[in-house]
Amino acid sequence: MSKPFHIVLFLVLLFVSLAAHPSPVLAQQATPSDDEVNAIARQLFCPVCENTPLDVCPTEACRQWRELIRQMLAEGRSEEEIIRYFVDNYGARVLAEPPRQGVNWIFYLVPPLAFLTGLFLLGRGFYDWRQKARQAAAQASPPSPAAADEYAARLEEELRKRR
Amino acid sequence: MLIYFGFGILVLSFLLALFASGAAAYGYFARAAAWVESSRRAMQLTFPLITLAVVSLVYLLVTGHYEVKYVYTVTSDSMPLYLKITALWGGQAGSLLFWSWLLSAFASAVTLRRWERDREFLPWVVVVTAVTLAFFLSLSVFFENPFDRWWLLPGGEAVGAMFQPAGSGAAFPPDGRGLNPLLRHPGMIIHPPMLYLGFVSFVIPYAFAMAALVTGRSDDRWIRITRRWTLVAWLFLSLGLVLGMRWAYDVLGWGGYWGWDPVENAALMPWLIGTPFLHTTIIQEKRGVFKQLNMALIILTYLMVIIGTFLTRSGVLSSVHAFAQSAIGPMFFAFIALTAILSFALLIRRWNDLKGEIILDRLLSREALFLLAAVVFLSVFFIVAYGVFSPLVYEIVTNQKITFGPPWYERATAPLLGLLMLLMGVAPLSAWGYSNARTLGRAIWKPALPTALVPLALAWLGIRNPIALTGFTLVGFVLFVTLYEYGRGVRGRMKANRETVFQALGRLFVRNRRRYGGYLIHVAMVVMAVGILGIELFQSETQRSLAIGDEIELGGYTLRYDSLARFPYTDGRLVTRAELSVYQDGRFLVTLAPRYDLYPDGQPMTIPGIYSTLADDLYVVLVNWENPLASQTPFKVYHNPLVNWLWIGSLIFIGGMILTAWPPKEREREG
Repeated sequence: MSKPFHIVLFLVLLFVSLAAHPSPVLAQQATPSDDEVNAIARQLFCPVCENTPLDVCPTEACRQWRELIRQMLAEGRSEEEIIRYFVDNYGARVLAEPPRQGVNWIFYLVPPLAFLTGLFLLGRGFYDWRQKARQAAAQASPPSPAAADEYAARLEEELRKRR
Repeated sequence: MLIYFGFGILVLSFLLALFASGAAAYGYFARAAAWVESSRRAMQLTFPLITLAVVSLVYLLVTGHYEVKYVYTVTSDSMPLYLKITALWGGQAGSLLFWSWLLSAFASAVTLRRWERDREFLPWVVVVTAVTLAFFLSLSVFFENPFDRWWLLPGGEAVGAMFQPAGSGAAFPPDGRGLNPLLRHPGMIIHPPMLYLGFVSFVIPYAFAMAALVTGRSDDRWIRITRRWTLVAWLFLSLGLVLGMRWAYDVLGWGGYWGWDPVENAALMPWLIGTPFLHTTIIQEKRGVFKQLNMALIILTYLMVIIGTFLTRSGVLSSVHAFAQSAIGPMFFAFIALTAILSFALLIRRWNDLKGEIILDRLLSREALFLLAAVVFLSVFFIVAYGVFSPLVYEIVTNQKITFGPPWYERATAPLLGLLMLLMGVAPLSAWGYSNARTLGRAIWKPALPTALVPLALAWLGIRNPIALTGFTLVGFVLFVTLYEYGRGVRGRMKANRETVFQALGRLFVRNRRRYGGYLIHVAMVVMAVGILGIELFQSETQRSLAIGDEIELGGYTLRYDSLARFPYTDGRLVTRAELSVYQDGRFLVTLAPRYDLYPDGQPMTIPGIYSTLADDLYVVLVNWENPLASQTPFKVYHNPLVNWLWIGSLIFIGGMILTAWPPKEREREG
């Protein structure tokens, strides 16, 4: 068999095999869209541009990073793989927030704890105030319930008028 | 000549501020009224003097004296006159001088007031303002001198210095480098002075608070004297923040207005302390409680003002190592540490004198709810500060950097901001001193009824997002409560004084500006919240490269790419301008022209094309950085629902603030 025939046969076989089995190789060759790239770029920060997410950063370095994301998407890599690649190469700072692992958990636990501490202090303050008020009330002669009701009603009435 | 004159004036002002602080302190301790009077006059003299320095610098800026390093850095021949003037605060050295100038203006103004009743405060108000002024002037004199000029060293290197280095010759550059194009925007021109005005005005209440602590006066006189200063400070700070947001939205071209950037957070932090301060001081005036808290809050606000200036001016944010290299970083750090230690030491010394006069035992009284709101505000402040400082500490400890981006801040603060909105609704319905579940319930049910319709209406419109449902319901609640409060006030007046609706409404504001103006600010806040919820929860975007005639669809709009032009502009920048026609349901609406400007120094600027309605914004960016081909131009389109309400809310906010802070007529004051 002649050499050209070999080549034609090879191409035909290749075409048939590819057509029969749409292999990942072909799927990967479609260029990922800008939106697909941005969906990942949005989650990353480059080490040069302070506090600018990668999807909107106009610098040349960031453009190259986005092209890298596009290339990796075209190679069929998943979002997690791509993000891990950037973290492995440039450190955790490329992520929009500290990775939730080890000592970094303090970055996630301290804010709610701070608020809860504030609430606790406030609650304790009120408790102390109430105790004091109760003691003060116990020391003073207790007014008759009817008088208290009458007073409260009058106060409310006046408050209503005032408002 | 003018250069040396300006610098000489600066040195003189610095010495005068030092003298004022020393003379005032000596006058207080030696009970020598003449020394106190002398310090007051010295303080008053700083203002005209620094004004002369500022005028000198502005003259140098306007006339293109590029031999002055600062003038060279922030102006160029091609810049219009107004930009040359506003370049005064366009760079580090100029903005520090501008800071000092504003402070000297405020400090002088405050010493001009009648002091009969509060004579004992005077020396310490002068000490605090003069020390702060001396500190900022020292930065200008020793580290960031705006009058430094260029010298050419024998090796050909140009250096900036006040006095001629040995062997060097004077350098006269023919043109300046010009202001960073990003800063050539009306928002950016007004934004820094507003922010600085806010920052600087907060120094005055702090000075009075310190005076009260030193002299041992435990009443609320210092709060009453400085109430208007605090309101004005808060107004300017808020305006500064909003203008900064608008600038980011218009100029940065990323479809948003707030990125939780440390520089933004630096301006937000004093606001987060100043806002509860504004509220809890009302309680001190009404009920005589929270004296310790108010002192702590104003000290913190002042510290945050200085720290905010420090963060943005020392370079510490880009890296802790930059901080160590910067000349002013360690100075700032020392000043902040010293102020914090002294202020809190004073507060602790007076702690027992500042105990409340009454007991706060009603959980649902208005003062209790204000206190809860203060805790929430302080928590938000803590979170923001934690997010700003953690990366710095992390870098020191591990020598590695870490990012705290928007997702972190949003997750941590969103529930608290929701809680604040709820409190904004409930607190106006509660009563001072006396309120319980029954009385509050009786007041709440009326505004609660229409509020209940909000989530139903939203669900009917197809909105299922739980955060949106909660957020908009809270917005509705605050709006209905405020309307109800206005209605109650108006009805009361109509009945009691036989007034018409409009008379009653007008007089309601006049007679109780703070309360009803304050409610208007609440309305403004929730209107802004509508915009924030809209863009945060429902923003959508897409990016594509288009050929002329191609169309792109987003948020119910169709954009057709019509043309692209590239041309040089008179000031040297190269403008790339695209035109797109916007259609909705086949109907032509508008032509948008997003731009990409490349300045001669290589600095790019992306100006979006925006079609804005009450329902949404269509925001188109020419993403030129993606190397456009002749046939394909890359565009990024954002659909930002409801974002306009953020700006409408800010306008209502300004109105409410002016109404609240406007000085009453003498007749009203007496009444």
